[in-house]
Amino acid sequence: MPAILTIAAMTNGRLPAPALETLGAALSLSAKLNPSRPAAESVVSAIIGGPGAVAAAAQELARRGAGRVIAVEHESLADYQAELYLQAAEAAQAVVRADVILFAADSAGRDLAPRLAARLGGGLVTDCVALDVDADAVTVLMIKPVYGGKAMAVLSTPRRPQLATIRPRTMEAPPPLSEASPDGAGSSESEAAAAFAPEFVPFAPEAGRPQATRLIERIQEKVEGVRLDDARIVVSGGRGLGGPEGFQQVSSLASTLGAAVGASRAAVDAGWAPANLQVGLTGKMIGPDLYIAVGISGAMQHMAGVSSAKHIVAINTDPDAPIFALAELGVAADYRTVLPALCAKLKEVVGT
Amino acid sequence: MNIAVCIKQILDPELPPRDFQIDRRTKKAVAANAPLVISPFDENALEVALKLREKSGEGKVTAIAAGPSTAQDALRKALAMKADEAVHVSDPAFEQLDSDGIASTLAAAITQLGGFDLVLFGRQAGDWDFGQVGSLVAEKLELPCVTFVSRAEPSDGNLSLRREADNGFELIEATPPLVLTVTNDETNAPRLPSVRDTMMAFRKPIRTLSLADLGVDASALVAAAYVEVRDIFIPVQEGHCEMVSGENGEELAANLVRRLVDLKVL
Repeated sequence: MPAILTIAAMTNGRLPAPALETLGAALSLSAKLNPSRPAAESVVSAIIGGPGAVAAAAQELARRGAGRVIAVEHESLADYQAELYLQAAEAAQAVVRADVILFAADSAGRDLAPRLAARLGGGLVTDCVALDVDADAVTVLMIKPVYGGKAMAVLSTPRRPQLATIRPRTMEAPPPLSEASPDGAGSSESEAAAAFAPEFVPFAPEAGRPQATRLIERIQEKVEGVRLDDARIVVSGGRGLGGPEGFQQVSSLASTLGAAVGASRAAVDAGWAPANLQVGLTGKMIGPDLYIAVGISGAMQHMAGVSSAKHIVAINTDPDAPIFALAELGVAADYRTVLPALCAKLKEVVGT
Repeated sequence: MNIAVCIKQILDPELPPRDFQIDRRTKKAVAANAPLVISPFDENALEVALKLREKSGEGKVTAIAAGPSTAQDALRKALAMKADEAVHVSDPAFEQLDSDGIASTLAAAITQLGGFDLVLFGRQAGDWDFGQVGSLVAEKLELPCVTFVSRAEPSDGNLSLRREADNGFELIEATPPLVLTVTNDETNAPRLPSVRDTMMAFRKPIRTLSLADLGVDASALVAAAYVEVRDIFIPVQEGHCEMVSGENGEELAANLVRRLVDLKVL
């Protein structure tokens, strides 16, 4: 029975949300690879982190359906460092000997997966949005957008193990195995949770070799107002704003709506917005209820970052801009005339 | 500091979807008359390399491109941006090589050229968005690798790096030799070459290496497939955008708000 291993790195002391989506991808792949067995049986989740942090994360992975959870915990793993985390990932695979290894396509997964593939002699497809199984019932078909999202490709690897990274916000996190009763956690569940302990994998970093790369400091982004990742509404600006002043208007619309501010790559490259606000294939992947794109032409590269948004509104002077083909509501007008009026109107309606 | 920058020539990612075509037989995009450009993150990598050379006041920047004869245009652009040298790795077998085959080729070229303190890549190519070649080359050369670097400063024989991560960034000190993959930020937007430098670039030599020159067995690389393309297709876009009407900003704003209220998103 082919085993599927998911590998997640603790991020800022927590299990990152894409780790659960990756577990969801593993469970549905398992159901396709081994249709006659319970999906959880062949799914192993590994969590890598510093002392004390991983136990709760491991428990969460088990509660969401991982059949087996292993932890690589060591004081040298308290902060993400590529070389050490790679060794930890190798240690996890040495125990599991999985046929398929999945990472989230977050900053740790994108960093680790290619090098782990090289070390294991496996083959990797990055940034997948769907996984399927070939007619041979062992080869994983990995589906990913290419050419900036203008096309989709179906890929596979003849090597073993088969590795993939999963694009955040494209797979569902599995629900908890037993829902809490309405008055809180059921007693049997909390007992089971208290009794749960992951399998700890022994880990000793390679001694003797001086580290060629040393983490000096990790700086958490400071975002004024609402964080892009969990915002219900996002207002983004692009090249069409024409300058940094335009971003002021975007920001004031965002604060009127209680929304987060985003930017296209063009606006970041122009220096109008910091890189941590970049939305798109190579920026943040977001899934707000409402996405308002101001002065954004709608390059596929950008739109890939908002493909899971529920509603998209485009404001652009060019009625032929590609974004109008992808938006639900369009305003073909100069943002300079629309945004101030929009802020005023929203203040009436929302009452802020 | 001697820096190699590996660049890939790709179909212009700005090509609008209506002009974009694929050939389902070769499983590739149709280049036809579409413009070819340096992959955008590779231009950011070139910019980081050129700034490092300027800041450290010594060393040279070598642009390396593996690909068909058109890749020479990409190398000319790199020379126009003031790269010191250009190397074109060219072989008919490239048509059939995947990320790992290209990584083996580039690793062999880097070893043969020799003497690099730093090897830079864009974080991912703007066509297939694999984001693997830099990391795979690092593994083949057994060099440390820092990915998603936006800024690099020389500091006492080491480098101070800023690495972009989820929800923030990391400051990393690194000792060459090493591999970096570069992501964009406002400090590394590629410079525009002057007309004069563009003209001068045509007079500079481009060194050409074949796989045989590198001692690489092309058929073995093709046989050791890493990834296979099974199919490629253009997804159907369902476009039914409702244009909000109005004579002026106030009317447009009022009608937009009304529709948003209808949709229950406000």
